[in-house]
Amino acid sequence: MAVTSFQGRLGRSSLSTALIITRRELRDSLRDWRIIVPILILTLIFPFLMDFTATAARNFVLRYGGANAIIAERLNPFLLMIVGFFPISFSLVIALETFVGEKERNSLEPLLSMPISDGELYLGKMLSALLLPLGASYLGIVAYLTGLYVGQGWLPEIAVLSQVVLLTTAEALVMVSGAVVVSSQTTSVRAANLLASFIIIPMALLIQAESVLMFWGQDEVIWWIIAGLLVVDLILVRMGMRTFNREEILAKEMDDLNPKTIWRDFWGYFSSPPRLAAQRNHTASARFDLLRIYTHDIPTLLKTHGLPLAVVLMALAGASLLGVFYAARFPLPAGSIQLDNLPTDAFERLPNVEFLPHFSTTGIFFNNVRAVMLAAVLGIFSFGVLALILLMIPLAMVGFFTFEISLLGYNPWVFVMAFLLPHGMIELPAAIIGTAFALRIGAALVSPPMGLDVGQGFLLALANFCKIFVFLVIPLLLIAAFVEANLTPQIVLALYGGR
Amino acid sequence: MIETAGLTKQFGDFTAVDGIHLAVREGEVLALLGPNGAGKTTTVRMLASILKPTGGWARIAGYDTVRDAKVVRQLVGLLTEFPGLYLRMRALDYLDFFGQLQGLSRAQRSERSEYLLRRFELWDALDKRAGEYSKGMRQKLALVRAMLHDPQALFLDEPTSAMDPHSAKLVRDAILELRRDRRTVILCTHNLTEAELLADRIAIIRRGRILALGTPAELKARLLGDPVLELRLAGPLDGLLADLQGLVTIEDHGDTWLRYRTAEPDRINPRLVQRLAERGAPVVTLSEVPRSLEDVYLRIVNE
Repeated sequence: MAVTSFQGRLGRSSLSTALIITRRELRDSLRDWRIIVPILILTLIFPFLMDFTATAARNFVLRYGGANAIIAERLNPFLLMIVGFFPISFSLVIALETFVGEKERNSLEPLLSMPISDGELYLGKMLSALLLPLGASYLGIVAYLTGLYVGQGWLPEIAVLSQVVLLTTAEALVMVSGAVVVSSQTTSVRAANLLASFIIIPMALLIQAESVLMFWGQDEVIWWIIAGLLVVDLILVRMGMRTFNREEILAKEMDDLNPKTIWRDFWGYFSSPPRLAAQRNHTASARFDLLRIYTHDIPTLLKTHGLPLAVVLMALAGASLLGVFYAARFPLPAGSIQLDNLPTDAFERLPNVEFLPHFSTTGIFFNNVRAVMLAAVLGIFSFGVLALILLMIPLAMVGFFTFEISLLGYNPWVFVMAFLLPHGMIELPAAIIGTAFALRIGAALVSPPMGLDVGQGFLLALANFCKIFVFLVIPLLLIAAFVEANLTPQIVLALYGGR
Repeated sequence: MIETAGLTKQFGDFTAVDGIHLAVREGEVLALLGPNGAGKTTTVRMLASILKPTGGWARIAGYDTVRDAKVVRQLVGLLTEFPGLYLRMRALDYLDFFGQLQGLSRAQRSERSEYLLRRFELWDALDKRAGEYSKGMRQKLALVRAMLHDPQALFLDEPTSAMDPHSAKLVRDAILELRRDRRTVILCTHNLTEAELLADRIAIIRRGRILALGTPAELKARLLGDPVLELRLAGPLDGLLADLQGLVTIEDHGDTWLRYRTAEPDRINPRLVQRLAERGAPVVTLSEVPRSLEDVYLRIVNE
């Protein structure tokens, strides 16, 4: 086939292609006074207003001297962070406009027909949503610092300035990459704006936390927040690249956050054998068969979830070692734990401790069920990380106390055998399995199973979790709770009791 | 130029395109006709390498639409259902942007943009932003965008919708010119007259399947039967009908006129006229009764 004389050469780099898109979108944004006017105000007027506020507040606080000086000292970096943050809030608006707005105005399809990759398109649009607000933010920071230097002669330490710049950049990236994920679930700017609260609320909470830390002077924690934000950035960018592709964009002709459809898909995944449920086009429900669930579905699900199970096991091993490490570092005073001659009513007195569940089969059972369910919910909002942390805490405590016990001269193996093993050999596997499936729910948002989109992958993971939870975890937790409430105390008293 | 085999696209449990087999030659215009939701747009999106088939394959000029997606997107031009312009941009900036994405040089972009904008009478509106254009002008600019890189194959979704008759003719002429230049065109349209006028072949598609494929004449013959001819005489038909029964199938008649079908008009009509003349019944007119593509379309779609 002869190639036309007008056929272009596409030997350019991905960045060059992305920048073609970025340049056009930036020009488009610069033509829109609704974007430009607020950004100009936030860049050129707001910082000077903040200079005035900072100076006035500082002078006011310093009048009272003493310990108040620390407030004056930390006001400037705090306001520096605020000056940097306001302009980047526009990145969310621009991102929603550039991703879902284009889809709504039907101008995206001509772009999709161009010889560019999904990644180049994504990169071009990401940059266009980031550059203007970030540029405005950096300019605002410079303006604010110039004003402060002239007015107070104050300049921030390099570390503080780096923290604010990195925080601002990472937060902008979170908002833009989050907006892409939100955009992928909608076809209208209106619906996207409503869903954007999933970005705005966590960001608002984060800013509050950062503000407290700035006044508290916890620089180290802020570095950890920056690191955490960068991890979230990576996760969201990866999610965005998976969701922002031609297939996903064009397959959604309307907002399909339809409860009926969601329920139908969920039930289809829940009721079907795992391998059938994992097929992309499978949404039909299957006949409910309890025997099949126990003889086929659950073994298959456990086999196919080897990776999350391994991750949970490794995390728990790590948590236990961390507990041991802290026990070695902070040994308890001799005699602080008395295990010899436990009174026979030792377990009957436990319910008096308020934050612990009622020491009965039902009390322990419902507490453990709540914990696994909480792990699943937290897993959704944290890509599975919090589900893992929730289980790591008690294991770290186990490691801590077991080692402390050994330091206090008791046999740790006897301690484990008495206090943990009888119910733990049932409860721990149940919690590990529950957490592994909760972890998969969070991970499904970042990495849906092959052939499924993010929404389908999420529903499939949720359905798998529910199946395992209802038919395996709950029965195991019930047995474990019965053992813990009735058998464990007998064993403990038999080994340690005396009075 | 365009080949597909078992081309299928499923969205969840909905089958939008169901096993389409097509072969479109270089320089051929194929019209895709079908009701809304028939699968025309999804088919075109797969051919333009925007969507990946869930079954079967498609090739453009020998390039696989999945494996060689970038090359295919360079070889084809797509006019989408909606113009989808950037309303704050002017025509030249707009075309320059898409030309850059197509990898055209500055000179090529400039030359080609000017040629096409003049060709579609948009050159005088250079100082206007696309948002100030009429619907027809927007549609024409979208068509210019699709033709900018002089593609080997063009997929045009409703190219003349929202256009005034003059603009629609400009576009139709352009399509005919493309055919003369050996460009392959797939035309999705609801305008049956336009399809009949422009297309070499027509594919009628419903629920993702091609129900009929052929030239307009072939489709009419296949679906509406043998051509119907109308004959008018100078005098009454008295006694002549029985004489003609063996020769043709009479559909209807009046005092001085007659409608009949024949599978072989070239052979039968001269004999019929001769027989009538022998019986002293001179023929005034003999013509084929026009049968519209609409009849064919409705018949297929309603079945």
